[in-house]
Amino acid sequence: MKLKRLLAIAYKETLQIWRDPRSLAIALLMPLMQMGLLGYGVSLDVRHVALCVYDQENSQISRALVQDFASSNWFAVVRQLHNEAELRDAMDRSVCIGAITIASNFTRTLDSSGTASVQAIFDATDVNTTNIAIGYAQGVIALVTADFERNWLRMHGELAQTVGSVDLEPRVMFNEALDSRNFIIPGVVAVILGLVGAQLTSLTVSREWERGTMEQLISTPVTALELMIGKLMPYFIVGLVDAGFCLIAAIFWFRVPFRGAFGTLAATTMLYTLVVLGIGYLVSVRIRSQLGASQVALLLTMLPTTLLSGYTFPIDQMPHFVQMITYAVYPRYFVTILRAVFLKGSGLSELIGPILALVVFAVLIIRIAARSFHKRLDER
Amino acid sequence: MNSAQDEVVVRAHGLIRRFGSVVAVAGVNFDILRGEIFGLVGPDGAGKSTIMRMLAGVMGPDAGDIRLAGIDVVAEPERAKPYLSYMPQRFGLYEDMTVDENIFFYATLFEVPGPVRRERGAGLLEAAGLTPFRRRLAGQLSGGMKQKLGLVCALIHTPQVLLLDEPTTGVDPVSRRDFWGILYSLREQGVTIVLSTAYMDEAERCSRLALLHEGVVRYCDTPARLKQAMPGALLAVTPSPGTSARDVHAALIGAPCVLGLLLMGDHVNVRVDDAELRRADVAAWLIQHGIVNAEVCRIEPSIEDVFVALVGSQGKA
Repeated sequence: MKLKRLLAIAYKETLQIWRDPRSLAIALLMPLMQMGLLGYGVSLDVRHVALCVYDQENSQISRALVQDFASSNWFAVVRQLHNEAELRDAMDRSVCIGAITIASNFTRTLDSSGTASVQAIFDATDVNTTNIAIGYAQGVIALVTADFERNWLRMHGELAQTVGSVDLEPRVMFNEALDSRNFIIPGVVAVILGLVGAQLTSLTVSREWERGTMEQLISTPVTALELMIGKLMPYFIVGLVDAGFCLIAAIFWFRVPFRGAFGTLAATTMLYTLVVLGIGYLVSVRIRSQLGASQVALLLTMLPTTLLSGYTFPIDQMPHFVQMITYAVYPRYFVTILRAVFLKGSGLSELIGPILALVVFAVLIIRIAARSFHKRLDER
Repeated sequence: MNSAQDEVVVRAHGLIRRFGSVVAVAGVNFDILRGEIFGLVGPDGAGKSTIMRMLAGVMGPDAGDIRLAGIDVVAEPERAKPYLSYMPQRFGLYEDMTVDENIFFYATLFEVPGPVRRERGAGLLEAAGLTPFRRRLAGQLSGGMKQKLGLVCALIHTPQVLLLDEPTTGVDPVSRRDFWGILYSLREQGVTIVLSTAYMDEAERCSRLALLHEGVVRYCDTPARLKQAMPGALLAVTPSPGTSARDVHAALIGAPCVLGLLLMGDHVNVRVDDAELRRADVAAWLIQHGIVNAEVCRIEPSIEDVFVALVGSQGKA
């Protein structure tokens, strides 16, 4: 291997990238756009559930109850209803996902028996959202009840000063805000890099075949290894810039807490970038048309990366044989690494498992890619 | 010829190459000596490009042997590559790079030192008339300039063998003259040149020719000896004004003394077994067929006539 020849290939490739500003702009802006789409689009949280209220009593206490719902972040009261028909209509037209009905004898029942019911109706077309919303509703009611009990005790003078209520105070770790975005965004970075990286290099060899420059290139003493490393070098820089954009967006725009070390992040990102560029190069070597190579690279990376990397669909919830398949899906290791580095502040030693897995992938893919390229016009 | 020039630089032996059921090259043999300009001549589909590709080591033969400067190209193509330069038929340089950038790129691949590259590059660009266009993108050059740039890039290192696949197809006459100027000066430096061409006038400039037809070398010799080897002699029949060469051509089909016919535009080339004997026969036959005052005279055959005579004129006449 001759360093000068390798650098000549890298220089040539850089010139070509630079002379094609449209492609470069797409390569650099696409990840940011995808970051916005996936970052905002994919959230497992339910916020501001549209709620209609049918308050038949309209007393001070019932209005306070409605206010408690409205002021929670979980619900948004979108409409006040005045009869059953309106309620039915609102549900049919999907004006709201849930409706609460407060009976006209609510305060009276509460005062006399100390307990009263609020009816909540939910549209269960989206089971997941509904389950979460019911949980939220119970939470709001629990707060109201606690408040009411305190007031009741104070008014009736019994145990008012000495009451020691036992509260269950749940504590969550790593994602204290219980914000699924913190959990998903690092995974999104891995997914986007996986898709964009393979696209970047998928054209680099097929373009030479298509434009007819390969025939003259393979008649020179350049070796397959020089060609591969030389071609990957500039794309490695582009890939790292993409990664930088995504990570900056994750930290400063989506405000995902970053607790790890920059060195760990940089080292693992470079390793992963190498793997994804290698995949694209391998496709490019095997398929001699640009369109074909780009399509195959997309097919090859899209489904495994989005479905099997565990960035949004938890791997431990998958059927056993699908879980086995995910071990071959290299983005899963980087999803694991990024989450751990971001949320737990893990260092290299804690991440040795997924890092080793990526190293194995990098070595395998680069070796196969280097051997797949033959300096021959025909495939034999 | 002295013995130094008799050194065989390229030897092809028993070359066979198939594409599916089509046999593109069907057993080709030739030796090329140092300093020769060796022409592969033949119509499209004769197997010229396939042979060039196999010589360049970018395509393997199904059978046969190629030795280039003593290296077995079939077994070890990579060892041969530093010693050869190959210019494919289709423009193979980078259109989104400038003239200078392309030269720099190929010079570096062949490990040409910087000072040598600058000096050699300047000389070649001057000879090719490309000096004013050094900063122009290769994609914005004319067809002829592109081919000349291809030659400059191929010659930026010093190859022992230069392989040119139809280098002057679509090239204007001025660029073509520059092109051949460079080739002649290369030959003086001892570079062996192998070129393929479908142009017969260009074939006459080669020092030796292989006439290729349907994947087989039908004849291989110097242009002068090839002309002598043509069976029979050649008569040119020029019709009087008012008669077209096409009519002459039509009239001569079926004449017993005619071995071959080639319509040339304003005249018809007629191949016969003996010029002196058949001149009168041809003239008599023409008069019998209503063509009077046609001028019949003996001419020297061109390579095109030889080619048609040797590979069979039936298809063309």
